[in-house]
Amino acid sequence: MADGGVMRDAGGGKPGTAHGGLARNPGQPLDLDRVRSLRVNRSAVERRAATIPTRRTVKKEWQAAWLLKAITLMDLTTLSGDDTAGNVRRLCAKARNPLRDDIVRALGAESLDVKTGAVCVYHQWVSTAVAALEGSGVPVAAVSTGFPAGLSPFEQRLAEIPASVKAGAQEIDIVITRAHVLTGDWQALYDEVKAFRAACGDAHIKAILATGELATLSNVARASWVAMQAGADFIKTSTGKEGTNATLPVSLVMVRQIREYEAATGFKVGYKPAGGIRTAKQALDYLLLMKEELGDRWLQPDLFRFGASALLTDIERQLEHFVTGRYAAAHRQPMP
Amino acid sequence: MPSVAEIFKTMDYGPAPESDAEARAWLAKHGGKFGHFVNGAWTKSGSTFDVIDPSTNTSLAKVTQGTQKDVDAAVAAARKAFSKWSKLTPHARARHLYALARMVQKHARLFAVIESMDNGKPIRETRDLDIPLVARHFYHHAGWAQLFATEFAGYAPLGVVGQIIPWNFPLLMLAWKVAPALAAGNTVVLKPAEFTPLSALLFAELAYEAGLPPGVLNIITGDGKTGAAMVEHKDIDKIAFTGSTDVGKIIRKATAGSGKKLSLELGGKSPFIVYEDADLDSVVEGVVDAIWFNQGQVCCAGSRLLVQEGVHDTLMAKIRARMEKLRVGKPLDKAVDMGAIVAPEQLDRITKLVAQGKAEGAEMWQPSWSVPKNGCFYPPTLFTNVEPASTIAQVEIFGPVLVAMSFRTPEESVALANNTPFGLAASVWTENINLALDIAPKIKAGVVWVNATNLFDAAAGFGGYRESGFGREGGREGMYEYCRWEMGDGRGGATATKKAASPLTSPISPLPSIDRTPKLFIGGKQARPDSGYSRVIVGPKGARVGEVGEGNRKDLRNAVEAAHAAAKSWSKSTAHLRAQILYYIGENLDARGDEFAARLRAMTGATAAQARAEVDASIARLFTYAAWADKYDGAVHNVPIRGVALQMNEPIGVVAVVAPDESPLLGFISTVAPLLATGNAVVAVPSEVHPLSATDLYTVLESSDVPDGVVNIVTGAKDVLAKTLAEHDDVEAIWYWGSKDGKKAVELASAGNMKRTWCHSAVRDWQVELPAREYLREATQVKNIWVPYGE
Repeated sequence: MADGGVMRDAGGGKPGTAHGGLARNPGQPLDLDRVRSLRVNRSAVERRAATIPTRRTVKKEWQAAWLLKAITLMDLTTLSGDDTAGNVRRLCAKARNPLRDDIVRALGAESLDVKTGAVCVYHQWVSTAVAALEGSGVPVAAVSTGFPAGLSPFEQRLAEIPASVKAGAQEIDIVITRAHVLTGDWQALYDEVKAFRAACGDAHIKAILATGELATLSNVARASWVAMQAGADFIKTSTGKEGTNATLPVSLVMVRQIREYEAATGFKVGYKPAGGIRTAKQALDYLLLMKEELGDRWLQPDLFRFGASALLTDIERQLEHFVTGRYAAAHRQPMP
Repeated sequence: MPSVAEIFKTMDYGPAPESDAEARAWLAKHGGKFGHFVNGAWTKSGSTFDVIDPSTNTSLAKVTQGTQKDVDAAVAAARKAFSKWSKLTPHARARHLYALARMVQKHARLFAVIESMDNGKPIRETRDLDIPLVARHFYHHAGWAQLFATEFAGYAPLGVVGQIIPWNFPLLMLAWKVAPALAAGNTVVLKPAEFTPLSALLFAELAYEAGLPPGVLNIITGDGKTGAAMVEHKDIDKIAFTGSTDVGKIIRKATAGSGKKLSLELGGKSPFIVYEDADLDSVVEGVVDAIWFNQGQVCCAGSRLLVQEGVHDTLMAKIRARMEKLRVGKPLDKAVDMGAIVAPEQLDRITKLVAQGKAEGAEMWQPSWSVPKNGCFYPPTLFTNVEPASTIAQVEIFGPVLVAMSFRTPEESVALANNTPFGLAASVWTENINLALDIAPKIKAGVVWVNATNLFDAAAGFGGYRESGFGREGGREGMYEYCRWEMGDGRGGATATKKAASPLTSPISPLPSIDRTPKLFIGGKQARPDSGYSRVIVGPKGARVGEVGEGNRKDLRNAVEAAHAAAKSWSKSTAHLRAQILYYIGENLDARGDEFAARLRAMTGATAAQARAEVDASIARLFTYAAWADKYDGAVHNVPIRGVALQMNEPIGVVAVVAPDESPLLGFISTVAPLLATGNAVVAVPSEVHPLSATDLYTVLESSDVPDGVVNIVTGAKDVLAKTLAEHDDVEAIWYWGSKDGKKAVELASAGNMKRTWCHSAVRDWQVELPAREYLREATQVKNIWVPYGE
């Protein structure tokens, strides 16, 4: 049946090899006419989003395989004021070894070398994480540019990027100035993201749009488009700190812009929903969304990530249930 | 089976089967063989036929072919149950309907699985759409049952209702029909489609277990012959049918003159209109919901895609990409978009029409993947380069086949949308609210969805214009289909039509006078009859009181054309203006009251007091409908979406009135005025024996600012003219007062374009105040416009 004929030779699928074999989005001149002409019908988007989890499902072996895949797409994240070197190291240990060995063996998944897509921390803990992950191939992502509100002086926000890159971050999750979107100042938004992209150098840039603060889905579409034209490697929904974080309708709007951008420019941009994705079921819903709207190529870590912290434990429980047939307990999974 | 590690690499979908164990157990419990469900019990199975699972072409069960005797028994059971059921308190009936809603919810999955196996539609649809809507319909109508005595005061149930439902939404169509029928106090004999009888049988069994009294709901299985026995049954008071327009026409003819009330929900070729400023990605999903929902076997499927030229190619590319990702497979697989076509016959029809489309030069596109080989599967199909003249652009394919055409301007989109004999539903896609709300009223359809498609709810009536049938299902408007006004309209008695005297034998008036032979009144002008003949009108003692023109079919043709020319702006005129004109007619009639009274006396032999009373009542009636003109409001239905469903009461268009003989002035005014008040243009045939009160109105109409062509009057032989009007394809409804034979002839002829009819063969006392809403409802058709909103 239909898989859209998209490529399956996702060589870039290995953790830690973000954008392996993928031409990086260089950005485009800002096309204001295109940005302003974008229209999104909220009710229609919500109807489609509501049927993505009801039109498709995966069961048994397929579900287990998809959940394993979800682990490899996870930016295992801690972004708390009370983070310390200790809990960051614990998180990194989990990123290297996300599943109990007995479960991996029972799934016959030893050869897959399942690790999370990345570990995501504040700048303060980048070097700690890099050290803890050495040799694992799991990259470190740093949130940056005045995360989460993005309202500190521009030069300071910009300076955070090279500092994190220097500390070993391979991925930089930047935040945008929401006011640029709310006031329709698309040029300012474009200039801001473009400057951040330049500061990233070879590190990959994920543009956090903070969609929960952009008021309308049309704004989400326009901000997505501007960020991609400014050279974002990924567009990302949320910091996890807004009142509303990732949702399927918002995600649907963003991935449709990614599809349009590829159609217009030939460049593939990645997508990262973040915040509020806590259950294995939700993770599957997002995988269904990506497969249906963008195709299988977007089920690899160089083009799709979850920002999540609690999700991994639920996936572990579901996989243990698949293996044993008994419902599993969180306290029996090693804590991240 | 691939390993977890292998699937990890491919990220393919796997099987996701819904269990059929419970459904098979239920079939086994019945030994795989069913009789009818009549009077609360199963009958012994008779001559049976197989019910096929179309996804495997294997038999699921055998059901009984209903005979005349079976239908008789079911109707007798329903008749017997009616006396008690109709006399239950509204609250008691509400409890029963509430119990049915609960019953459906309790057995939701069993219903969903049975329906999917029997029909071939995906379990996702039965589980998420059909069955929840079934429950919703019973809950909603439990409410109408509870409120019946107050909200339908003066209305009574019809009696025994015969319902014939299609195979595309078997249980949902049962709910749409059974819920309002029972709520209003009727009892039911229902025949499910021969392809898909199982869910109805299950429903009847569980309804009985839920306490529904025996005989209130009877299920007879069988094919068209069984349906015909119901349609022709003497003791059935109403036929409600959903199905093809062809069968609808047969039923219309078969019930003509029988006195059976009729509601028909028929075919469609519904337009799906996309303007250049629409959210095209959302449009694509709308298309999926429009034409690949239920394999396209949906009467209101958006099967004609009309796209503004500037975005045509972009949209087609997006649709093709989306089609490539649709999944067709086993109906009980939880991850398919489309299941099986209902039966090999239907698959053949689709295949033939697609071949014809290609032969006629349209460009066909199907996805690269292929559908399962065994079973009745057909892939989603898109036709481009289609012209309105193509067969596939005109006929209802009833399959997953979309035909696309482009348009240049909003005006052209409306012209294309309405270029069809059907008028069931339409979808309008634009981000411009001004455009959406301008277009929606212009489309001839009973339902219009703005930026959405295939939204249904029990609170909003569903039904068609034109050859898509008449009557509504759902909402208050749907309840009226299952009850009748029974209070104080003076109905009763046999028709009292007198024969007009022959022109040759009529005595000549002794006094010479200036000839005042009225002509016909067409397009605001007094026009000489085409025939060149006049007919003599005589008084009660046979004395000649005047002459009128002998109208013929050409005069009617001209009158209908004049009415159409006038209807365009009259239907859009403000209600205030229409009220003013009706008041003005009343005022001018009053000024000439003595003259009209004298005319009535001369024609009918009425006393001075009686004649004066008729004139006064006519003036009062004009005031009544003038009063109503700006008060017959629509409604905003409470549907379960973030949005509104706007019920608009729209004029039907051009309506023919064959006026009663009794009360020649008052009867004429009482029938024409409600049509004018609601914005229709009228072609009226006055009383054959007493037409002069109507012809005297020419100058009243001329002096009352009635726009030319809004009222046209053609005198002559009543039933000859009535038949011509009933046959006229551009007359959209006909009201008839006259003989039984005349009524039957009108109803029979109306099947040509399925025009609405409202025919009466009983004399009424027109002096009695009318239930005005009855007349206004017959003068209008309900359009529900769904407008989801939210930025």
